[in-house]
Amino acid sequence: MHKLMRYIRGYEKQALLAPLFKMLEACFELFVPLVVASIIDTGIKNADSVYIWQRCGLLVLLAVVGLICSLTAQYFSAQAALGFGTALRKDLFRHINTLSYSELDGIGTPTLVTRMTSDINQVQNGVNLTLRLLLRSPFIVIGALIMACSISPHLTLLFLGATAVISLIIWGIMRATVPIYHEAQTTLDRVTLLTRENYVGARVVRAFARQADELDAFVQTNDHLKKIQFSAGRISALMNPLTYLVVNLAVIALLLAGGKDVSTGTLTQGEVIALINYMSQILLSLLRLADLVISITRALASGVRLNEILNTRTTMPDPAAAELPAVAGAPAVDFRDVTFTYRGAGAPSLTDISFAAQPGETVGVIGGTGSGKTTLIDLVARFYDPEQGAVQLFGQDIRSYAFGQLRRMIGIVPQQAVLFTGTIRDNMRWAAPDATDEEIWAALEIAQAADFVRGKPGQLDAPVETAGRNFSGGQRQRLTIARALVPRPRILILDDSASALDFATDAALRKALKEQTAGMTVFIVSQRAASVQRADHILVLDDGALAGDADHATLLRTCPVYKEICLSQLSKEEVAKTL
Amino acid sequence: MSQKSQKAKLDSRTVRRVLALIRPYTPLVALTLTFAAITVATTLLAPVLTGRAVDLIVGPGQVDFAGIAKLAVAIAATIACTALAQWLMNVVNNRITFQVVRDIRVRAFAQLEVLPLKYMDAHRPGDAISRITTDVEQFSDGLLMGFTQLFTGILTILGTLGVMLYIDWRIALVVVALTPLSIFVARFIATHTYSMFKVQSETRAELTSLVEELVGNAHLVRAFGYESRAENRFDTVNLDLQRCGVRAVFFSSLTNPCTRFVNALVYAAVGVLGAFAAIAGGITVGELTVFLNYANQYTKPFNDISDVMTELQNALACAQRVFDLIDETPIVPDAPDAAVLPLGAGSVEFEHVKFRYTPDVPLIEDMNLRVWPGQRIALVGPTGCGKTTLVNLLMRFYEINGGCLKVDGHSIDTVTRDSLRANLGMVLQETWLKAGTVADNIAYGKPDATREEIIEAAKRARAHSFICRLPQGYDTVVAEDGGNISQGQRQLLCIARVMLRRPPILILDEATSSIDTRTEVLVQDAFEELMKGRTSFIVAHRLSTIKNADQILVMKAGNIIERGTHEELLARGGFYTQLYESQFAKA
Repeated sequence: MHKLMRYIRGYEKQALLAPLFKMLEACFELFVPLVVASIIDTGIKNADSVYIWQRCGLLVLLAVVGLICSLTAQYFSAQAALGFGTALRKDLFRHINTLSYSELDGIGTPTLVTRMTSDINQVQNGVNLTLRLLLRSPFIVIGALIMACSISPHLTLLFLGATAVISLIIWGIMRATVPIYHEAQTTLDRVTLLTRENYVGARVVRAFARQADELDAFVQTNDHLKKIQFSAGRISALMNPLTYLVVNLAVIALLLAGGKDVSTGTLTQGEVIALINYMSQILLSLLRLADLVISITRALASGVRLNEILNTRTTMPDPAAAELPAVAGAPAVDFRDVTFTYRGAGAPSLTDISFAAQPGETVGVIGGTGSGKTTLIDLVARFYDPEQGAVQLFGQDIRSYAFGQLRRMIGIVPQQAVLFTGTIRDNMRWAAPDATDEEIWAALEIAQAADFVRGKPGQLDAPVETAGRNFSGGQRQRLTIARALVPRPRILILDDSASALDFATDAALRKALKEQTAGMTVFIVSQRAASVQRADHILVLDDGALAGDADHATLLRTCPVYKEICLSQLSKEEVAKTL
Repeated sequence: MSQKSQKAKLDSRTVRRVLALIRPYTPLVALTLTFAAITVATTLLAPVLTGRAVDLIVGPGQVDFAGIAKLAVAIAATIACTALAQWLMNVVNNRITFQVVRDIRVRAFAQLEVLPLKYMDAHRPGDAISRITTDVEQFSDGLLMGFTQLFTGILTILGTLGVMLYIDWRIALVVVALTPLSIFVARFIATHTYSMFKVQSETRAELTSLVEELVGNAHLVRAFGYESRAENRFDTVNLDLQRCGVRAVFFSSLTNPCTRFVNALVYAAVGVLGAFAAIAGGITVGELTVFLNYANQYTKPFNDISDVMTELQNALACAQRVFDLIDETPIVPDAPDAAVLPLGAGSVEFEHVKFRYTPDVPLIEDMNLRVWPGQRIALVGPTGCGKTTLVNLLMRFYEINGGCLKVDGHSIDTVTRDSLRANLGMVLQETWLKAGTVADNIAYGKPDATREEIIEAAKRARAHSFICRLPQGYDTVVAEDGGNISQGQRQLLCIARVMLRRPPILILDEATSSIDTRTEVLVQDAFEELMKGRTSFIVAHRLSTIKNADQILVMKAGNIIERGTHEELLARGGFYTQLYESQFAKA
């Protein structure tokens, strides 16, 4: 948490003043019992109405000053907490943007989203509560103890004892219930799991007529949850009664001991009342503190989760080099003995891969799931660095390119066709912020998307909903292809990006790509033999190794893995027809 | 206004239903009310007794020790009563709340099992899930708070008022006159912060969706070098949030200090009036302390109750959402005279079947199809052509709107759903496995299967070898998202699941792209094994499967547009030929 404290920068003043004013307010509150004691001991005893009016005026004054202090504190603390949250959020967002694929894979983007949103909110809330309340309660407890001590030093022992016992009770109950609540949470997660399972799997559950069993399992889990909640409830139900009991026993002791002191003249009646008041102030503060501790524990847990991200350093900093020229005659992509292992994986995903792709060539990449196709193209785009060997683009080591130049050079169409909220034009400009409408339309034409975009009201200004929900799977795929084409990259990567297209559209797309992207090196990754068979050469991957690198006809003759793939999808006659 | 009254009517209906849920626990409710009454009475009594004791401590030499001792015993007895009654009340409240919550949750879940798939397909699962989990939790929180605080709050207010009136009605009236001020202040602040909160939550929602998009797709942001533009967009919204956040947080935090201030004023007023009354001899010093004590106590439940009301309102809204789910029309139950369809030969007939998902969008208007036992039917067509519709109708997940669908000569609405489905086995592409062991999953359709039967089925489904390679073999737990098992392997498990039951009719969904070639070969083998001697419908993507079919149904936009064997269809030169050519013709 202390590491996060630096985000308070710029709001140090507010962060200091807020608790200070809170303490001032508490101070004024602590004076109230003393004033009341004086009203009783002096005002009433002497029937001094002027004195009573004065003292009550003082009570009002204390309330007014207290209110002003409190408002000031709330304002400063809101400013400090929000300033803190905003700075933290900004920095975390930037930090996430420096992380490379390796780190993103390790952490997982869904967690990053939770941390960016609810965790930061928790921490921000925690800062706000801490500034406002964390100091206040202990301060009132200590203040009340000091006040009690100033009234009657030897009765203070009673106060200390009561405070200790109450703290112990609160601590004990919290300690006993925390693990039970934790278990309740786990059980609740299971309730959620069963619910989701039965909703998503409704067809299967019904197909196998297991509804009654599923309901039984749910009832069991639910009853277990109920039992846990009972036992947690039974213990935490002790909190108020027990502390109430202790405080009032202390009050009885106060009356008995105080009575003696009043009788001997060392204490007054009003002072006894003041002591009783301090006692209840201590109780209220301690109870409030217990609530607070729970919220702050939550904020601390979130803080730890945020620190985890902030402490994750990128393994791939931007070389920030000057624009590199292409070496004449060099291949567009050149892999030399590349081996790559994912972080934490036992075995390499790519082993000893060497191949070259010349400018303007179309290269097919085929192989089963887990054979390393996506890994290979991720290395072409430098989302990962090879563990051994080297990757060169246009004759330069890929690691010497500034990220900016690299990204402009490579257009990528990922497997998942994700679009972003905004308009079609916004999406088309993702890779090329300055693209003109002509350039966008040209790209849409190649991607076979121009027709349906033209049919949309507003055309390029047609809205795109979250994740592109308002487009069909096939339309989304074509739009993501166009998006990658807009900046006219020198290398285009299609990672299984035609899977949702019907055969006719797929064929038209491949034809357009072939004809209208002269000079562009195109990688087509697919599981369908039909999609890659007309490439200039095809890389056949088998369990991370390069099993073949030649054209369709040659591979059919020389590469058993390729032949197996083709024959698993087409009959012998059909394969023959492709030759 | 009508909207408001409608809402009120809805609310009161919801309240009645919540009360109906509580009715079975009437004795417990009576108990908790008794305990609450005892708690309040003794809580109010304690300060009075303490006040009396204070009156016995007047000054040097004027202390009545015997009296104090007697009162001390009385106070001790009172607070012991309070503590006990309060604890018991809490325990009983817990019991009622969690019992009611359990009941409503089980009822909602039971509803899931009888909801028509039509409803489930049209709603996102997250919605129903949050109704059964989050909404029920919120409802329970509100209910518990309502039980513990609402009733005691009201009793405390009434009791305090009574005692204050009894001691000195003039001071009591002042307190009564002043307290509403704090409620008024709280209301005032609440209404004025509402708009700020709205702005804040809107801005926060905007930020969240931006984060979901830009952080959730961090890979893409990186791939397109979009980082700096992403940061600019983020900063703008982040600053907006800060600006409106400071305002919302500050103004909402005003409630406490302001009501405390009003309470302090009440306290001072009681102090002045009480002091003068004490001088005049109307009340004793002890009674003054009782008044001061009550002045604090009296305002607190007022503040609490406004919290409780918001919480209860929220709880009712949540309860209503759960009731909405429970009230959804369930599937029409099996007819009382529905026969049990025995495992048969597996013939299927569609006679003039008519079906529409939405009444005004025509889909299947007049479908006729006769499938003999053991025949193999391939369903072919572009995505979204309606292949899954046939599955929905055959399995009776959806009801046909007209005509007749027969299995082994029995119209499917005259037999029980369970027996109909026992005749059908399906393996879909969206593989669904339970969070549980591999063995549990294979035995899902036959829970009493022995381990030998399970292994036998897995072997025939070509799943045995990969299962053996899993860390705990057949006892390996399949994670909910199936992270430890590949898509193809999941499908093999689903095949094994059907293999164990060996139904006479099969509905199979061939994999497109998500399975690796090696596993795909296994799946093909397993399908072949499964289909031996059975009637089968295959949603086909592979030409070899299509060509081996006895009959090919070419579907487009929900209708069968062509049917026949591969050769017949090619000879016709229609849509099928077009599909075929686009895959195999040279570019």
